[in-house]
Amino acid sequence: MTEVRVEGLCKSYSGTHALEDISLTFPESSFFGLLGPSGSGKTTLLRAIAGFVNPDRGRVFFDGEPVEDMPVEAREIGMVFQNYALFPNMTVAENVAFGLAVRKVHGAEQSRRVSEVLDLVQLGSLGQRKPHELSGGQRQRLAMARAIVTKPRVLLLDEPLSALDKSLRVDLQIELKRIQREVGITTIFVTHDQEEALTLSDQIGILKDGRLVRHGPPQDVYDNPGDAFSAHFLGEVNLFDITPCDSGHCLRDGTFIGVVAADPGNLLSVRAEHLRITAAEPDIDIRLRANLVQRIFAGAMGSCVLEWQGQVLKAVGRHQEFSHLPENGQVWVTWSMEQARWVRP
Amino acid sequence: MLGRAYVGLILFFLYAPILVMALMSFNESEFYQLPVQYSTVWYEKLWENDTILNSTWRSIWIALVVTVIATVLGTAASIALWRYEFPGKGVLQVLLFPPIAIPWLITGTAMLIFFFGVGLGRGTPSVILGHVALALPYVIVVVTARLATLDRTLEEAARSLGASPWIVTRAVTLPWIAPGIVAGALFAFAVSFDQFVVSYFLSEPGDTTLPVLIYSAIRKGFTPEINAISTIIIVLSMAAMLIAARFSKFGGER
Repeated sequence: MTEVRVEGLCKSYSGTHALEDISLTFPESSFFGLLGPSGSGKTTLLRAIAGFVNPDRGRVFFDGEPVEDMPVEAREIGMVFQNYALFPNMTVAENVAFGLAVRKVHGAEQSRRVSEVLDLVQLGSLGQRKPHELSGGQRQRLAMARAIVTKPRVLLLDEPLSALDKSLRVDLQIELKRIQREVGITTIFVTHDQEEALTLSDQIGILKDGRLVRHGPPQDVYDNPGDAFSAHFLGEVNLFDITPCDSGHCLRDGTFIGVVAADPGNLLSVRAEHLRITAAEPDIDIRLRANLVQRIFAGAMGSCVLEWQGQVLKAVGRHQEFSHLPENGQVWVTWSMEQARWVRP
Repeated sequence: MLGRAYVGLILFFLYAPILVMALMSFNESEFYQLPVQYSTVWYEKLWENDTILNSTWRSIWIALVVTVIATVLGTAASIALWRYEFPGKGVLQVLLFPPIAIPWLITGTAMLIFFFGVGLGRGTPSVILGHVALALPYVIVVVTARLATLDRTLEEAARSLGASPWIVTRAVTLPWIAPGIVAGALFAFAVSFDQFVVSYFLSEPGDTTLPVLIYSAIRKGFTPEINAISTIIIVLSMAAMLIAARFSKFGGER
């Protein structure tokens, strides 16, 4: 299996930086999620690895071998496109066989590998259909089958599930993960859906304005986001301004939060699931008097929208935690400083 | 009601002259006497008229050669213009269209001067070159319109699967734009087969194409054999049109 590495990748389009000095290693057999808002450069990075984008500067290595001068067709990649890009004039089986035919794999060997991979993605009986006769989920599986049948060194997925509806997406996430485990190909995928990234990836990288702001195992990044952007991008977070006061640091309303060694300008980040809301005054030093604006019931989970000092706070938890609260009015908000993090603005 | 009347009028203006001509080709009288006496005498005479037959075959084979050259060149140019970005591309695209707009009379004069200037003079090669130059923009316009509906990620998908640019063209691009190529080829054939001005200027005396022959026939004395050959050509070209329209759906639907 192949390790992919990019070093100092830069690309700009008419003055705007799509990629700015990106260096990153995608470990072999990993499922690596590239995450970011639209325009963050994640797709450009994926296309630079594929070879569709020529970087202005920087290098791309597959297992230490430089590939930046190789055309796409020589890189031995598999790619799944956002719209699947299935060949409309070919049957399901012909679509899958295309990459094999190009590699001069014909006859019995070809049919064997085609049916093997169609079985893997559970399209075994649909080989003679045309792509337009398939459902959205089946097209996605076909795109996957076509990309992996050639045993590529690296599998690149560009927003592979974004065209599907929610419930199908969740099913296919599990499916995608299973297929990737079975074939063990180094997989890099691009998404703007944080949940998808967390579900699928062993490693994630967060991009913003062409820069890599944070990368690592999903839980690491989630627990220690490092900066406000990454904290916001994964999950729901409440950020508090901190000012020096007396012998330590205080919130905006003067609530003393302790003697902490924070860099000036850093923000205190508390995840929505770490906020505790009570009707009665708690016996904890850090407690805020906030106005409960809305209680939202969402099945097993619930959430609260609060207003404190002109700032909107959000709390999530099992809905029982909130059911004893009044519909609106003054409540107490607390958290444990062990679960709070300092983040760069 | 009014709408139907409009349509009726339009069809009348389009087809009445053609119907009259077709009718006269079956009239025994040479002098357009009415009522029509049905006869196929002009078709029989046509079969013996070597001048008309020769220029018809000549028009057909020149049009076929022009069609092949213009369609191949035009398709290749369209694909290149669609696929690649290069300096001067915008200028080149603009420069390809004036041949459609410039009056053929002027193009023909310019070509005549040019071909004499380069020592090629009059003759079949000049006629073919001239026709290709006139037909090329039509092919490019039609094929480019079809290419605009081709999803670029299809080509990218093929490349990601290891296909060289040539295999991508053969397996993905050409099948998709085939209806456009057929339509472009029909245009090229029509431009050449119809072409009077450039053919008239560039043909050597004696080597006439059908339009040139019809022109001189009108001046020198018209025989209903011209009606007969015209009727045959109309029937054939309408049949070809219908087949092409059915096959290509005019390049619209996929």
